Amino acid sequence: MRLKTGGLIDRGTALRFRFDGHDYTGFRGDTLASALLANDIRVVGRSFKYHRPRGVFSAGSEEPNALVTIGRGAGAEPNVRATMQELRADLEARPQNCWPSLHWDLLEVNDWASRFIGAGFYYKTFMWPRKFWEWVYEPAIRRAAGLGALSGAHNPDRYEKAYAHCDLLVIGAGPAGLMAALTAAEAGADVILADEDALPGGRLNGERATLDGGAGSDWAAAAVARLRAMPNVRVMARTTVTGVYDQGTFGALERVGHHLDDRPRGLPLECFWRIAAKRAVLAAGAIERPVAFAGNDRPGVMLAGAVRTYLNRYGVAPGRRVAVFGNTDEAHRTAADLVAAGVHVTALIDARPDARSTLSVPFYPGGVVTGAEGRLGLESVRFEAGGRSQGVMADCLAVSGGWNPNVHLTCHLNGRPVWDDGIAAFVPAPGAVPGLIPCGAAAGVFSTAGCLADGARAAAEALGGLGLTAPDLPQPEAEDAPYRIRALWAVPGKRRAWLDLQNDVTVKDVRGAAQENFRSVEHMKRYTTQGMAPDQGKTSNLAALAVLADATGRGIAQTGTTTYRPPYTPVAIAAMGAGAQGKGFAPERRTTSDQASRKRGAPMIEAGLWYRPSYFPKGGERTWRESCDREVGWVRNAVGVTDVSTLGKIDIQGPDAGAFLDFVYTGTFSTLKPGRVRYGIMLREDGHVMDDGTTACLGEGHYLMTTTTAAAGPVMRHLEFVAQVLRPELDVQMVSVTEQWAQFAVAGPGSRDFLNGVLDAPMAEGDFPFMACGEVSVMGVQGRLFRISFSGEHAYEIAVPARYGDALFRALVTRAEGMGGGAYGMEALNVLRLEKGLLTHAEMHGRVTCHDLGLSGLMSSRKDYIGRAAAARPGLVDPERERLVALHPVGIEKRLLPGAHLFAHDAPAVREAAEGYVTSACHSPTLGHPIALGFLKSGPERLGETLRMVDHLRGVETWCVVRPLCSYDPKGERTRG
Amino acid sequence: MRLSCPICGERDRREFHYGGAALERPAPEAGAAAWDAYLHLRENPAGRSRELWYHESGCTAWLVVERDTVTHEIHGVTLAAGGR
Amino acid sequence: MRFSALRILSEGLTGNRGWRPHWRDPEPKSEYDIVIIGGGGHGLSTAYYLAREHGLRNVAVLEKGYLGGGNVGRNTTIVRANYFLPGNSEFYSHSLKLWEGLEQELNYNVMHSQRGLINLFHSDGQRDAFARRGNAMVNQGDDAELLDRDGVRKHLPYLDFDNIRFPVYGGLLHRRGGTARHDAVAWGYARGASDRGVDLIQNCEVTGIDIANGRVTGVQTTRGAIRARKVAIVVAGRSGQVAAMAGMRLPIESHVLQAFVTEGLKPAINHVVSFGMGHFYISQSDKGGLVFGGDLDFYPSYAQRGNLPMAEHVMEAAMTLMPMIGKAKVLRSWGGIMDMTPDGSPIIDKTETEGLFLDCGWCYGGFKAVPGSGYSFAHLIATGRHHAPAAKFRLDRFRTGAGLMDEEGTGAQHNLH
Repeated sequence: MRLKTGGLIDRGTALRFRFDGHDYTGFRGDTLASALLANDIRVVGRSFKYHRPRGVFSAGSEEPNALVTIGRGAGAEPNVRATMQELRADLEARPQNCWPSLHWDLLEVNDWASRFIGAGFYYKTFMWPRKFWEWVYEPAIRRAAGLGALSGAHNPDRYEKAYAHCDLLVIGAGPAGLMAALTAAEAGADVILADEDALPGGRLNGERATLDGGAGSDWAAAAVARLRAMPNVRVMARTTVTGVYDQGTFGALERVGHHLDDRPRGLPLECFWRIAAKRAVLAAGAIERPVAFAGNDRPGVMLAGAVRTYLNRYGVAPGRRVAVFGNTDEAHRTAADLVAAGVHVTALIDARPDARSTLSVPFYPGGVVTGAEGRLGLESVRFEAGGRSQGVMADCLAVSGGWNPNVHLTCHLNGRPVWDDGIAAFVPAPGAVPGLIPCGAAAGVFSTAGCLADGARAAAEALGGLGLTAPDLPQPEAEDAPYRIRALWAVPGKRRAWLDLQNDVTVKDVRGAAQENFRSVEHMKRYTTQGMAPDQGKTSNLAALAVLADATGRGIAQTGTTTYRPPYTPVAIAAMGAGAQGKGFAPERRTTSDQASRKRGAPMIEAGLWYRPSYFPKGGERTWRESCDREVGWVRNAVGVTDVSTLGKIDIQGPDAGAFLDFVYTGTFSTLKPGRVRYGIMLREDGHVMDDGTTACLGEGHYLMTTTTAAAGPVMRHLEFVAQVLRPELDVQMVSVTEQWAQFAVAGPGSRDFLNGVLDAPMAEGDFPFMACGEVSVMGVQGRLFRISFSGEHAYEIAVPARYGDALFRALVTRAEGMGGGAYGMEALNVLRLEKGLLTHAEMHGRVTCHDLGLSGLMSSRKDYIGRAAAARPGLVDPERERLVALHPVGIEKRLLPGAHLFAHDAPAVREAAEGYVTSACHSPTLGHPIALGFLKSGPERLGETLRMVDHLRGVETWCVVRPLCSYDPKGERTRG
Repeated sequence: MRLSCPICGERDRREFHYGGAALERPAPEAGAAAWDAYLHLRENPAGRSRELWYHESGCTAWLVVERDTVTHEIHGVTLAAGGR
Repeated sequence: MRFSALRILSEGLTGNRGWRPHWRDPEPKSEYDIVIIGGGGHGLSTAYYLAREHGLRNVAVLEKGYLGGGNVGRNTTIVRANYFLPGNSEFYSHSLKLWEGLEQELNYNVMHSQRGLINLFHSDGQRDAFARRGNAMVNQGDDAELLDRDGVRKHLPYLDFDNIRFPVYGGLLHRRGGTARHDAVAWGYARGASDRGVDLIQNCEVTGIDIANGRVTGVQTTRGAIRARKVAIVVAGRSGQVAAMAGMRLPIESHVLQAFVTEGLKPAINHVVSFGMGHFYISQSDKGGLVFGGDLDFYPSYAQRGNLPMAEHVMEAAMTLMPMIGKAKVLRSWGGIMDMTPDGSPIIDKTETEGLFLDCGWCYGGFKAVPGSGYSFAHLIATGRHHAPAAKFRLDRFRTGAGLMDEEGTGAQHNLH
């Protein structure tokens, strides 16, 4: 019911909204929860297990009951706390986990069967017959479980991530946080003040207590305005600090767009912040806890602090006849606020026998509530006081079991909170998070004056660490009542009393768990699912712990605590994964020939982060094979051009560069003369092959190393490791120039003539023999030419600064087309290398040695190099190892498939008989049949042997014969000629 | 997690690459046991640890980091190459 | 006490007063035939199979915290047998067979659900590698199917097939792969072992291992000395520290692996799905939470918690692969401490100390190995001989280089797995 006056809402702006198919009206400044209460909506959802009707329970992010789905269509968002969703125009909310309707829910049968389906019942049944688990039981359980539903469509909304840095992060903008922020801001520190609420101020916005004689909310608003005006302060409202990470890193979720009637295009719904703070003040306040008693989950049973918030901040009375039950002065404060608002208080029940009240309401010191009645909403409350059980009419019961400091963030780095008997709650362990200072209610200080002073104290401590001096700010006058509590967790009784409202965990469940020997907190939690629901047990964990302590005859401190892990409140995957949807997951690297290749219709495929052309289709070709075969033919018979810029290029210089290369390669490079290129294999220190490539000597002490595309990054890291860590005495420097140079292979018998038409000074007879390199001038541009070949043909690679790459590629391709050739892609490149038996990472897959690849000859015996010692281990030189060979098909079925396994001719296709596998295969247009490379036990010793190749997955079985690696021009006459 | 690079200052963990325990590479002829120890066996302390990190997205310096593996506290960072 | 629907009914009708402890809480005796250090999944299953398969009941499991508090209680619950290298292949195959029927054997519903696992691939090269893997799985007698893009679409229509950075080329479907209720596995084995006479001692930290003349003679604990003829170390995450009590240095570096769970949601994901171009794998629990994980944080840690970069990477991978789950909210994150070995494969072996046995190095594959590891380790402890499916999990393979099982091909640097 909306009160006639009062509250911080804007009564001038009425907003229509829809809940469960009906239209209602609220005001700007309402949350969905306060608007629902204002419209006397009592049942807002159903519980997880027993499908009990539930109403709004709190006024904050700890809400266990009021979870709804917001919106429709692709962007519908499940499990939104109605207490955190600000009302906006035409907001649509739907209840969850109920069918066919919120008020008539079929699965309420679970509630009637509750004695059979208590905690952990499912561990004891559903075992027979075996197949029924997947077929019958599990599907039924899965359908019944869960809360809201995802829309099933791709996320349509924009989310963002951002970084922020500051001297001091103040978490929470209640009295303590505001004082801390003011103090630090005045001292000149760079401050971020983050508050979960849309309206900073914390409890000041929910209480009637005054500061300096004025409304607490006015003081808070003025303080926030003052902070907002300071250039060294960022006030981040609607921002929940969700996690604490190492070295002062905090995760925070800002709700940017959920509250806007019309979200401007481009504005994200949420932003996930990574905040690096030199110091932090934790002023996150406290969460009120309920008391467990029979039927304490009825709609209308509500936290006392929430009742005050609805009264004072939203101008809403959660009931017309309200009973109040508590064990501290909070109950009295609540009753007083209700009376002041003109709401009828039917009973004030205080568990403390010595409590006094000056209010003119029925007062029952030493009383406890024993039951709450009313199926779809509270109707009456039973209680015991003075040895007498009595009942009272109430449609709302305000409950307070005391306050729990918000210690969650102090647990994120494994800090364990410590028990404080004085307030019957856990408080942060000192130094739990380096550089984070808890204060105010979060540190167990519960009076407003105490919080203000503690906030200033915490800021001063933080400022000291930053080398700044705290100013002496005047402190406003505020209430300073002592906190007197008589710990009360659960009222004894036979009927079910709820602890975890969301997961339907009762006092009986926890006692039952203890009876079955789940006596450790972790066991109890895992067995009963206590605290595992979306509210993470914010209002219930401690009571469950207390019940367990009682059941096992231990004290609470001795029983322990459950720890809290990030995030503090649930964070959308779309927020923490912002930017990655679609193509944003990884950078896209494009070569200089990318545009020209696409223009020629080449399908571009992913090669690591790069895109490379698969093939260049020509008119009339129906399959990629036709294009590929044609391109192979060009290279074998005329001239082909392909972009090889994606290979890693590392420029290495220094007097000791040669010695350095000798140490990273198995072969010797210090003897390489300027103008010459050599092929090298690089091992990991464990003796297995890391990468291969060529290195050119460009001049005295100046080399250019190439790596495979995939290994460019790891090789660079490895070279720096060797240079800085293993061989710091060597005078050598290196830098990646992969992106500085565009490089194209020009391959084929016509390549020399072809190039002579491109180079400004044609090569003379005898210039650029095989494995030579040098500077050249190409169409007026200074470039480099390498006589190397990955195709087995007479071939070159020509490199120019990347800015000329596009022009050179177009010129080369046009010219090649004039000579009966043209551009070729990755498919042809692969066929060409397979015909020659050359390697890629399909073969160098991380488990192979030089020996396996037939490259033992490249391992120098005259020097130390990375991997030499480990490569000599007996297991790495065993002749029985799987070693690389080529395979040609025999028989009628001529399919060789990468991934197929090899067996002796008559052996069964089982693990025990497996002798190897195919790594790469293609159709060789040059040879006219398929060829493959594969690893085979003792492979090179089995040339000519016929093997069985089996691919179970694709249903292919064939025979193949073992051949030497190189199937084309084995003497290399074409390459060298 | 943040690390202080002696060259670049304090940076986020994502600029760095962890590169293993900081150990002395044995001499080539040190024998199988020494190489086994270098390649495979680890103190793996629950507490202070000496590690190599690479400032990959920064200055490309390899760093020796003294770090606590239980608390993640960082006690010191120096350049692996020394004063170079 | 046998668990059954009938028992639930009769207990429900009589006030649920008859339920008894799932396991006993005995005081430690001064001497046992066998002491198992570590009451996690592997330690409990080892104890169970010692009692069940070998009739050895004078056995104690010493746990420094609570039973099942190690990685069996902090993982992504995936059960599969999709390894391809000899050694791993036969072991995980055996372990999966033990999973199949575990509920009936233990009389405890561990909710092993063979909902199917799909490893996605995103290039021809990855397809070839998965084909090799799948064929090895069939060679071993397990199941595997190679799906093309349309095949994947049939199973996982909600993936982003149109706009994803690394398009889906296909997937390897392992129908017998799935998930289980992780805690229940530990509790089921604990109950089975306890019922067969094994003493499960919680809050009992081993502080020393007693060795005389090259033979193990017992352990020192926070609850006094305990003599034993055989001692088995099964303490994933703390293997190095416990082995050091016996003077050993292990080929292990401890790393943290994070995992995440969302709020409960109505069924959205039926399979276990793994992304091939980033670190992300996901399934939905019976309670409705999406359970997913990624890769190591990549620095040694014993903290059981991670940092933001990997958490964000995992969620970025989720968003590019299946943007349908964007509005699911992460409820909790946690970190498990992984024993990372140089080749990414485990160790089940004797040690140089007579009577001292070692089961460690499960990297991030330990959960699905719980039955197989316990079975094979129990066999080794009881008989002194390696159990055939685990015979290649030798400690000396790194020194000799023979029989390395580097499934990921990343080499001996512990951090690279």
